[in-house]
Parts: sequence; structure tokens; C-alpha cells
Amino acid sequence: MSVPAWLRSAGLVALGGAVGTGARAVLEAAAPAAPGGVPWTTFGINLLGSFVLGVLLESLARRGTDQGRRRVARLLCGSGLLGGFTTYSAFVAETERLLAGGATLTGMGYAVASVVIGVGSAVLGIVVARRAHGGER
Amino acid sequence: MIILVALAGGLGAAARFLVDGAVQRRRRGGTPLGTLVVNTTACLLIGLLTGWASGRVDSALVTVIGVGLLGGYSTFSTASVEAARLLLGGRIGAALAHAFGMLVLGLGAGWAGIAVGHALAGA
Repeated sequence: MSVPAWLRSAGLVALGGAVGTGARAVLEAAAPAAPGGVPWTTFGINLLGSFVLGVLLESLARRGTDQGRRRVARLLCGSGLLGGFTTYSAFVAETERLLAGGATLTGMGYAVASVVIGVGSAVLGIVVARRAHGGER
Repeated sequence: MIILVALAGGLGAAARFLVDGAVQRRRRGGTPLGTLVVNTTACLLIGLLTGWASGRVDSALVTVIGVGLLGGYSTFSTASVEAARLLLGGRIGAALAHAFGMLVLGLGAGWAGIAVGHALAGA
């Protein structure tokens, strides 16, 4: 009995996603955001995840096509682990909670900083992976 | 409890994979919209959950669905990398539109969800 490819792929994503989500849940429980304060834990998680995903995806792309072990790594660690680890819903919910509570500057600052530094982190990750693999192709 | 949240997260991540795949098949290689669809729907749902559940539902369930399912379903890292690739490809405008467009849509969906959730809770 063989498992269809799409289900196998979804399974890899689910496995990685469970681990990533679990890690996020532990961190958020250990260091929750102070009411009205910047959600530093989510902020750190999202930036770290963006950087690591940049490194991972660029490294995989430089090693070859998206199949076999590379595809497994992408699904398990990229879509799965890092996709589960980072969160857009909590990010938006936290921003809205800050804005609703009157912490307008904090809320807008958190939102813009997350997006800008998040993209910056991903750029850095991609560049680091490029350098590690012998520079721009 | 963490186990439940993690399992929900795994399910959410798998759902993201399937939704993204479905959206991308229809795009036939156009600009990636899968992540946008996933994150916007995630924000709508978390808004619904927040708006409906405030103070009235077992907070453990809210955590499993919010932190777990929707946290696993949504992704910040993929969104960042997509915008980063646009930026590195010289498509500055597209990168800005992608990044800030997703933020605006996410916030909008969240607020819409909260409004609907409140209304449902009040009904």
C-alpha cells in the first residue's frame, strides 16, 4: 500500500509544523508579552524564523532541484518547522490588541518593525547562504 | 497541553501546504499568492475567535486553536522570504506591495473577523 505523494508531503509539513508550533508555544508561555508592551517573544521568533528560512531555502536551491532529500528538507524544515514556528496570525492579533488598548505608537511600531526587519532578516539569510555557497551565480 | 497545541499546529501547517498548493496551481507560476491567501484567512479566523470568545470560552480551547492551529497555519517566515526574493531581484515596488499589502490585508481581515465574532457572540 503506497501513500499518495501529496499526503506524504503534507505529513512532512505536519510533522515539522507540530515541532515548530510546540517550540513557539513553549517560548510564548515562558515569556508572554506584558499588557500594552511589545510582544518580544513573537517578534524574536518571527525574525529568527525569517533569517533561518532565507538560509535554508537559498542553500537548498544552490544544491540542486527541488526533489528527493532537498524536497524533504524543504517541506519538513521550511514549510513545516519554520512555518509552524513563525506566526502571522499572532503578529496581527497582537498588533490589533495594542491598537485597541490605545498603545498606538507601540502597535504601529511593532507592525512596521516586524515587517521591515523580517524582510531584512530573510535578505540576510539568503545573502549568507549565497556567500557560503561560493557567491552569486 | 503543549502537545495538543503542537498537534493542532501540525494540522494547521498541513492545511497551509494544501491551500498554498491549491492557490499556486491556479496561478500557473504567476506571483506567489498562496501565502497571502493563507495569512489573510488566518487573520480573519483569529479575529473571529478573539471577537467571539472574549471571556466566554475555555481559554485552553482558544489557545489550542489560536496559538496551535492558526499559529501553525499562518507563517511569517515564508512571507518574509517571498518579499526578500522580490527585493533581491530588483523588484522594490513589488517587494513593498507584497510586505505591506499582506500587513494591511491581515489587519483588515483581523478587524473584520473581530466584528463578525462580536456580532455572533451577541446573537
